[in-house]
Amino acid sequence: MKITVRYFASIREAAGTSSEVLQTQSTTLAQLRDELIQRPGATGAALARGRAVRLALNQVMSDESAMLADGCEVAFFPPVTGG
Amino acid sequence: MTNPRVSIQTQDFDLSEEVARLQAGDKRVGAVCSFVGLVRDRNGGAESSVQSMELEHYPGMTEKSIEAMIDEAHQRFDFFDARVVHRVGLLQPLDQIVLVAVTSAHRGESFKACEFLMDYLKTQAPFWKKEATADGAQWVDARVSDDAALARWGIAGSNAVE
Repeated sequence: MKITVRYFASIREAAGTSSEVLQTQSTTLAQLRDELIQRPGATGAALARGRAVRLALNQVMSDESAMLADGCEVAFFPPVTGG
Repeated sequence: MTNPRVSIQTQDFDLSEEVARLQAGDKRVGAVCSFVGLVRDRNGGAESSVQSMELEHYPGMTEKSIEAMIDEAHQRFDFFDARVVHRVGLLQPLDQIVLVAVTSAHRGESFKACEFLMDYLKTQAPFWKKEATADGAQWVDARVSDDAALARWGIAGSNAVE
């Protein structure tokens, strides 16, 4: 399926881009994160296990067990620091 | 209500104007509670250590998440209207950064709703701060104490904790 992946803050800087469109076989957010971790380059390092990474699915905070769907929007970002 | 409840903007806001608009013509209102957050010149460390601050957000999700917070606040507290303004972009110490204002019949509910909205916003709304200091620019770490503040309302905060 085809999905949009967005990056914010320190993860956006590491990725060198704010978004990309991906063709993926992953079915959950956890699998997608692992898939991106295994890619060579700085994006994978920024998403490494043990790093504080938060996720959103279709613009709602989500945990990694959530299921992907064709056309969905996934975002990876560090813990939020507004206010 | 015709006024927007949530605005994410680069420009400054005026507390008096925002409150006047929020309570305009509403004769039920007996209490208005507001909170304004400011950019400080320090972050735990020495004074004047923070020279400026860049705020990033997630257009779309940020607005939706704050709208959902206000809906959640309405489930918990008996207030009339709420207004949240959050600035993004480049800010300097002394600049206003966030406004939460709430109207209600009596003070108790607007005090509580205002504090609830701020505690929620700190840990759940997608904003990120990057501070410019003499040592360069660095992203601000999330605080465990902000999760603890949210936990007082019976909501498990897990923003700062891995």
